Amino acid sequence: MLSRVADSIFWMNRYIERAENVARFIEVNLHLTLGLTNGFVNQWEPLVTTTGDHEGFIERYGVATQKNVIDFLTFDKDNPNSIVSCLRSARENARSVREIISSAMWLELNKFYLTVRGASHGWSMARAHDFFDQVITSSHLLAGITDATMSHGEAWHFARMGLLLERADKTSRILDVKYFILLPAIRDVGTPLDTIQWAALLKSASALEMYRKSRGRITPSSVVDFLILDRHFPRSIRFCLLAAEDSLHRITGSDHGTFSNAAEQRLGRLRAELDYTQVNDIINQGLHEYLDQFQTKLNQVGEGISETFFAPRPVDAPAVMSQRQFQ
Amino acid sequence: MRFNSYETAGFYDEMFEASGRPRAGAAMLVQKIEALSSGEIKHCQQAAELALLNMGITFNVYGHEAGTEKVWPFDIVPRIIESHEWERIEKGLRQRITALNLFIDDVYHDQKIVKDGILPEDLLHSGKCYLAPCAGLNPPRGVWCHISGIDLVRDSDGQFYVLEDNMRCPSGVSYVLENREVMKRTFPQVFEGLCVRPVDDYPDRLLETLQYVAPPGVQDPMVVLLTPGVYNSAYFEHSFLAQQMGIELVTGSDLVVSEGFLYMRTTTGLRRVDVIYRRIDDDFLDPLELRKDSLLGVPGLLDVYRSGRVALANAPGTGIADDKAVYAYVPEIIRYYLGEDMLLSNVPTFVCSDDKHRQHVLANLDKFVVKEANGSGGYGMLMGPMASKSEREKFHDLISHEPRKYIAQPMLAISRVPTIVNEGFEGRHVDLRPYILYGKDIYVLPGGLTRVALEKGSLVVNSSQGGGSKDTWVLGARVDDVQPEACQTPVAAAEVN
Repeated sequence: MLSRVADSIFWMNRYIERAENVARFIEVNLHLTLGLTNGFVNQWEPLVTTTGDHEGFIERYGVATQKNVIDFLTFDKDNPNSIVSCLRSARENARSVREIISSAMWLELNKFYLTVRGASHGWSMARAHDFFDQVITSSHLLAGITDATMSHGEAWHFARMGLLLERADKTSRILDVKYFILLPAIRDVGTPLDTIQWAALLKSASALEMYRKSRGRITPSSVVDFLILDRHFPRSIRFCLLAAEDSLHRITGSDHGTFSNAAEQRLGRLRAELDYTQVNDIINQGLHEYLDQFQTKLNQVGEGISETFFAPRPVDAPAVMSQRQFQ
Repeated sequence: MRFNSYETAGFYDEMFEASGRPRAGAAMLVQKIEALSSGEIKHCQQAAELALLNMGITFNVYGHEAGTEKVWPFDIVPRIIESHEWERIEKGLRQRITALNLFIDDVYHDQKIVKDGILPEDLLHSGKCYLAPCAGLNPPRGVWCHISGIDLVRDSDGQFYVLEDNMRCPSGVSYVLENREVMKRTFPQVFEGLCVRPVDDYPDRLLETLQYVAPPGVQDPMVVLLTPGVYNSAYFEHSFLAQQMGIELVTGSDLVVSEGFLYMRTTTGLRRVDVIYRRIDDDFLDPLELRKDSLLGVPGLLDVYRSGRVALANAPGTGIADDKAVYAYVPEIIRYYLGEDMLLSNVPTFVCSDDKHRQHVLANLDKFVVKEANGSGGYGMLMGPMASKSEREKFHDLISHEPRKYIAQPMLAISRVPTIVNEGFEGRHVDLRPYILYGKDIYVLPGGLTRVALEKGSLVVNSSQGGGSKDTWVLGARVDDVQPEACQTPVAAAEVN
C-alpha cells in the first residue's frame, strides 16, 4: 500500500485512541474528586502534567481548576491533544484515506467528530459523565466497526499498530497520574483513600473487574503488575506490545524473534524487556522513572515505524518490487 | 403537501405543463408527494440533510477558510426526464463526443479543420488549453476524452441546449450516485411504481473504461486516481470514486518516474502504475513540460505517457474542446467530421475575438451573459441584464483588452423544478450535467447531475455559488407503455443488474 496511506491510517487510529484515553483521564479524576474533601478536590493539575502539555496550559489558562482543565483537554481547538482536536485530526486522516477504509468506519468517525464538536454548546458538568462515557463508547464502536468491516490486511495492521502503541503509551500515563496525585499525608499510604485512588485508576482503564478476577485485593504493586505486565488484559502495556509486534511482523513478513528494520528491532527489544521484567524491578527503580523511560523507548519505536514505512525514500535506492506479493 | 399554490408562470416547468397540470411522466410522483403530509415531507428533507452531513458528503469552497467543507445542499423533490426525451439527449451527446474526439485528435495532428478553413487558426493557437507539447500524441485506442460532462439547459421553448463542454476533469458524478443513495434511504415512498433507471453501475463502467486504455500487454492494469489532495474542491468525489472502484487514490508526491516507467511509493517499495484517472488539470500534470511551479503533478510523467507506458484519462490536451470559443464552432465541427447536423443545439454564441461579434456584444452588454472562454465554476462571469452599470463597464474594458478570453450568449430563461421552500414548493432554475464515458463504446449515464439555483430568481447553479442539487430520474420507458409488473419494485430491480 502507499506509504502515505499507511501513515494516515496509523495516525487515524492513534488519534482516536488518544481521544478515548483523554476521556479516561478525565473520568478517573471525576471519580476521584467526587465525595472527597480534605483539599483533594483540586487535584486537576496532575492531569495536564501527565499529558505532557503542562506549559501550554499554564500559559493560557493559569489556574488548573476543574473547568479549565476539562475545557483544555476536551474542547480546546488550540490544544492539539484535546479530544476535539484528536478527532479532527483522526477525521482529516480518515478523509485522506477514505477510499481505503470502509464507509461504515468513515460514517461513524464523522458522526463521532460532529457529536464531540457539538457538545461544547450547552455544556454543563451534569452531563460530564455521560459525555465522556459516550466518547469511550464511540471509540469502542469504531474499533469494532474497523475489525468487522475492514479486511485484516496490511492497512488494518497499520491501524492496529497505531491503536496499540497509543494505548500502551496512555496506559503508562494513566499509571503516572497516581504518581502525581498526592495523598493528603504520607501516613495515608495504604489507607482506604489510597485504595480508592488505585481503584479509580483501574476503573479508568476499564480494568477493575479483570483485575479483581486475577489479583483479588487492591495493592499498589499488583495494580502496577497488572497494568504493565499482564499478558492477557487488552489495555496492559505488555499485551499492547505483543499484539503490535504481531501486526508489525505480519506487515513485513519476517519471523518473530528476528528483525529487518529499525521498527522491528526497537519494538522487539522493548517487548522482550517486558517479558523478563518483574514488578519488583519496576518498584525498585521507581514507578515514575520506569514509566518515563518506557515512554521514551516507545517514542523510538514510533520513530522506527515512521522511518521504515512512511518516510519518502530516494527513488533509485531500493530494488523495484512490482511483482512482490501484497497483503 | 399540495402543489395547489405552485406557480409555473414565466418559465418552462419540468414537472408541470401548467399550474395544476402535471406532465405525463411526473403525474404519479406528484400524486405520491401530495399524499404525504407536510410534516412527512419535511421529515424526509431533514433526514436527507442529516444523512448527507453524517456521510460527510461535502464540497470545499475556495476563498473561505482553507479546507472549509460545506454540506452538499440537496432538495428531495426529484427532477424527472421522460424516456423519449432522454433518448434524444443521449443520441445528441454521443454525436457530440464522437465529433469532439475526432476534433481533438485532428488539432494535435494534421489540423485539417484549420487547413480546410472551418476553424480560424489563431483561435486554436491562442486558446489557453491548446497544449503544444501534445502535438503528435496518439493516446491509447485513439480516445482522448474518456470522461466528460456536458452541461445542458432547457430554455423556455422546451428544448435542451448544450451550455458547455467539460472534458478536462468534470466533477459531480459522485453526487449523482450519492443523491440517489440518500433518496432511497430517506424518501423511499416515491420510488414505488416508477421505473427510474439505475445509476449505480457507473463506477464499474468507469473502471472498465480506464482498464481498456491500459498499455498493451498489461494483463491486470494498476489503475490509480490522481488527486490534488484533500483541499481540492472536488476531493470528496476523488476519494469516493477511488473507493467505489477499489483503486488507489494518489497524490503527485506518491508517484515517481524511474527509468522510463511510472511508479507509486508503497510500504514495500515502488510499484508500477499503468493507468491514471487524473483529476488535476493539464497544466499541473508535469512540471518538467507544463507549469514549472506545480507541485501537484509528477516530473517526467508526459514523457512516460508519450512512450505509451502509462495511460492518462482524460488525455492531456483535451481541454482545447472545453474552450468556449471552440464551443461556438461545434456545429461546424460535427458537420465537418461526421457529415451530420447537430442533434443537440448549442446556445447562440458570440466569440469576442471576432470583430463583428465583439462590436455587437460590446454594444449590447445589458442583454448578454459574458463568460471567460476557459473559465468554470461560475467565476469571472457577467450576467448582463442583472449587472450594474459599473460591472458592465468593467467587462467592456476586459473584453476590449483581451477579446479572445471572452464569449457572450443571450440570457436564457432556463427551466424550473418545484423545490421545497418553507411550507410549500417554489420553482427554482436547474441545469443538467450528464456524464459520458468513452472507452470501447460510448456510455451515457442515464440522468446526470441536476443542479438547482436555491436562491429565488437566481440562475447560477454552481455549488461554489450557493447552488444545490436534486436527484435526476430518467424514466425507464414512456409512462403510457410501461408494463406495470415490470416496475413494481424499481429499487430492487435496479440492484439486480
